[in-house]
Amino acid sequence: MENKIYRVGMADAKVTQSPGILTTIGLGSCVGIVLYDPLTKIAGLVHIMLPYSNKISDNSNKLKFADTGIQILIEEMVKIGANPKRLVSKIAGGAQMFSSKINSDIMNIGERNAIATKEVLNKLGIPIIAEDIGGNYGRTIEFYSEDGRLLVKTIGYGSKYI
Amino acid sequence: MEINKLNEMYLDVLKELGNIGAGNAITALAKMIGKKVDMHVPSVKILDFKEVSDIFGSPDTIIVGIYFDLEGDVKGNILFALDLNSASSLIWNLMGLEVKGEFSELERSALEEIGNIMAGSYVSSLSTLTSLNMKISPPAISIDMAGAILSVPAIKYGEISDKILFIETQFVEGEKLIKGDFFLIPDINSFDLILKTLGVEVDGK
Repeated sequence: MENKIYRVGMADAKVTQSPGILTTIGLGSCVGIVLYDPLTKIAGLVHIMLPYSNKISDNSNKLKFADTGIQILIEEMVKIGANPKRLVSKIAGGAQMFSSKINSDIMNIGERNAIATKEVLNKLGIPIIAEDIGGNYGRTIEFYSEDGRLLVKTIGYGSKYI
Repeated sequence: MEINKLNEMYLDVLKELGNIGAGNAITALAKMIGKKVDMHVPSVKILDFKEVSDIFGSPDTIIVGIYFDLEGDVKGNILFALDLNSASSLIWNLMGLEVKGEFSELERSALEEIGNIMAGSYVSSLSTLTSLNMKISPPAISIDMAGAILSVPAIKYGEISDKILFIETQFVEGEKLIKGDFFLIPDINSFDLILKTLGVEVDGK
């Protein structure tokens, strides 16, 4: 497989195998969840917007939500040979982009997304081996399936591998 | 109503709303800076979420976003977006301050206030036109990647739909020193109400 970069948009997901690179650009209050099978070097990235798919009037796009998005990502990874029992995860995002002067529940959506993501991964028994969550700034993330590094880039807060 | 079922007539009505609202907002801006500001014909964009972050080219383009919740009879939100050069030009035009590097607290606060005046003019003209009560929340600013800023109104839409609808108006100051985008993002559930008060029959077809 060539060393290809797969870009994941909002409410979107992609899977790849080493040496493919998964990226999502300009992650704000959403959460980017990388799942990785270190043995087969199969990786998946889903960019979720909202915590849970229940109590939502239109939830036909299952990739929008932490619960259903992660589930679908696992299924897609298993299809190309990943073992669900071996999966580990790295997560980033969940920022509060605007100050809380506005008193509405959309303002703490980043935090709620992060909490839901952790709950879902925990329930599925998938360990979170690295995270970069919260703050009030956007992130661009790049996951290298070759060695499992996740690069987190920000405007004004530097870049780092987690 | 579902976004996919919006027909041409509804879209024209929404464009016209954008025209009237943004026209007033831009008049307010022109008064503030004492210069002529032109606006483009508004466009109504219905996008998949994964397309949203590309509105400003690349999702990692740095923009200034000033965000408002829309409250009252009509719910939704308003986002006033500027590129960094335009934001600096605005501050120079209004305050005679040259922005060096990062925006200071004072400059951020000034941009919030400019957004506040424009968004206020926008909704007050729509409120008069429709006789519906429309108010804006205090402004909130973020200077960051376009994708991250646009995720905020998109998430709000995500709760009710798989697509997002923007009424977008672009404007430019004479010599293109300032160009910006004004997005009215009405809650889909408020459409029926807006259209009904304007005498447009909504039959769900």
